[in-house]
Amino acid sequence: MKKSAWLYLMFAPVLCYYIIFKYIPMYGLQIAFKDYSIYSTISESPWIGFQNFQQFFSSLYFGRLLRNTILISFYNLLFGFPAPIILALLLNEVRNLRFKKTIQTISYLPHFVSSVVIVSMVVNFLDPQSGLINKIIEYMGGESVNFLMDPKYFRTIFTTMNIWKGVGWGAIIYTAALAGVDTTLYEVAMLDGAGRFRQVISITLPAIAPTISIMLILRMGDILNVSGTTILLMYNPQIYETADVFSTYVYRRGLIESDYSFAAAVDLFQSVIGLVMIILSNRIARKIDEETSLW
Amino acid sequence: MKKQVYGEGAGALKLGVGRKIFLCFNTVLLLFVAAVTLYPFLYVAAVSLSDESYIVQGRVGIIPQGINLEAYKRVFQYPMLGQSYVNTIVYTLLGTLINIILTVCGAFPLSRKRFYGRGFFTALIVFTMLFNGGLIPTFLVVKQLNMVDSIWAMLIPGAVGTWELLVMRSFFAQIPREIEEAALIDGSNEFQTLVRIILPLSTAAIATIILFYAVSHWNDFFTAMIYLRSSEKYPLQIFLRNIVIQNETADMMRDVIEDRNIIGESIKHATIMVATVPILFVYPFIQKYFVTGVMIGSLKG
Repeated sequence: MKKSAWLYLMFAPVLCYYIIFKYIPMYGLQIAFKDYSIYSTISESPWIGFQNFQQFFSSLYFGRLLRNTILISFYNLLFGFPAPIILALLLNEVRNLRFKKTIQTISYLPHFVSSVVIVSMVVNFLDPQSGLINKIIEYMGGESVNFLMDPKYFRTIFTTMNIWKGVGWGAIIYTAALAGVDTTLYEVAMLDGAGRFRQVISITLPAIAPTISIMLILRMGDILNVSGTTILLMYNPQIYETADVFSTYVYRRGLIESDYSFAAAVDLFQSVIGLVMIILSNRIARKIDEETSLW
Repeated sequence: MKKQVYGEGAGALKLGVGRKIFLCFNTVLLLFVAAVTLYPFLYVAAVSLSDESYIVQGRVGIIPQGINLEAYKRVFQYPMLGQSYVNTIVYTLLGTLINIILTVCGAFPLSRKRFYGRGFFTALIVFTMLFNGGLIPTFLVVKQLNMVDSIWAMLIPGAVGTWELLVMRSFFAQIPREIEEAALIDGSNEFQTLVRIILPLSTAAIATIILFYAVSHWNDFFTAMIYLRSSEKYPLQIFLRNIVIQNETADMMRDVIEDRNIIGESIKHATIMVATVPILFVYPFIQKYFVTGVMIGSLKG
């Protein structure tokens, strides 16, 4: 089959990419169990087993990181998960197609704006001297607050920012699901005397329940995976106690302080728990309804 | 299809009014959502065009006060801006080119049943979505390949996006076998089939994936943050971060003779505008591609 040699030729570079940038790092993960130094190689580095992990679990950081990561994920889930669903439901009620499309298009604009721009806007809004929020506070007689330096505000700021950025884009999936609901079901319900609200509860919601479940599963699997990249842009040592999460800690210890083995251990811990969470939540979903699981 | 919202019988009027109120409320709520979405951009634009003294007094809400282009002048005069803009454009163009070539080359074989080992390779790739080596080992690999602080670090470690690859694969898989088979029987080889037949059929999907990659390169700051060290290689997002978030506006105001504080705020906002206007400008034209892309992606998942 000389002709299909082309397929292999085509695929080769992609395979190389995955081996070099995905699988070799997996091999390199063993530095989490070794005392790796940049001056020697991986195989020469002494094996220290779970020492890095023990050190981490017993350190002051572990509790703080775990708490912050879970709390941030939790707030994101509590407020950020329903928001796109509600938006999709509201959009679904709109009669005028043009209005609906316009609002939708505007709503997912923030998804395409870079995190740097969004954090910049947040930093500016919250600036203690010239930020809009503080100006409003002062106008109402209060004193300006340095929001980004005070640990207790971080979760609120971060969650609100994420919702602002993600609600429109998140609603797309649900809007698609809602559009797929059979309209004759509504007609039948109406003939039976059901008002719109009742229709939504008995027809719309059950219809999008599978979509909601899958999205929820995916969310659950991510519980420890709070994206550190955005937080890195907006945190500072004063608010580490609420803003520091696993990924930001890995970045700091690993790339700034060059403590490669230790950081790799923390990262591995996070990945493994994440994997376990995905598998677990998928099992649970499968028990609830055969069709809603991922595989 | 017009739905009847008014039922029959005595309760009809009641349903009508209640529904009307709800629809009104709904509209207002959605307009509010749109306003909240747009307001930050309008505010930043307004401040960037305003005179600093008004900003400091807090008199800029949405309308610029004391309109002047001083801030923009300062921003454009700053050499690092031009350099970082060029960098971002280069990274985006080259990066996306590499991305799309590799993605098509990876997705096409994976979509063909006759590709021996197809299941295995697919599993190999999908697995990386669930678990990977993590930040540190990946960084070390890049370091050992001597890519740190080079343009390659911006292009190669992210050369293939697994999600995009799978979306492209789904798309290719939908192309009927008969079309290819006809070509293969006629003597063309796989590569020719790809180029002459499959690609022309896939322009919509390819365009969509290109857009996803392009936006992700344009907005990327983290890759630059971990791999780049020389400021002349910094992309626009890093430049923006340095100016606005880390307050490195000192250089820009070096030759300001008057009061240093007077230009600070509007410069920062002007910088934000300069970094984001290209996306805002292009957005209305390309947003529909993104939506269809997500639809395809989510159906597969």
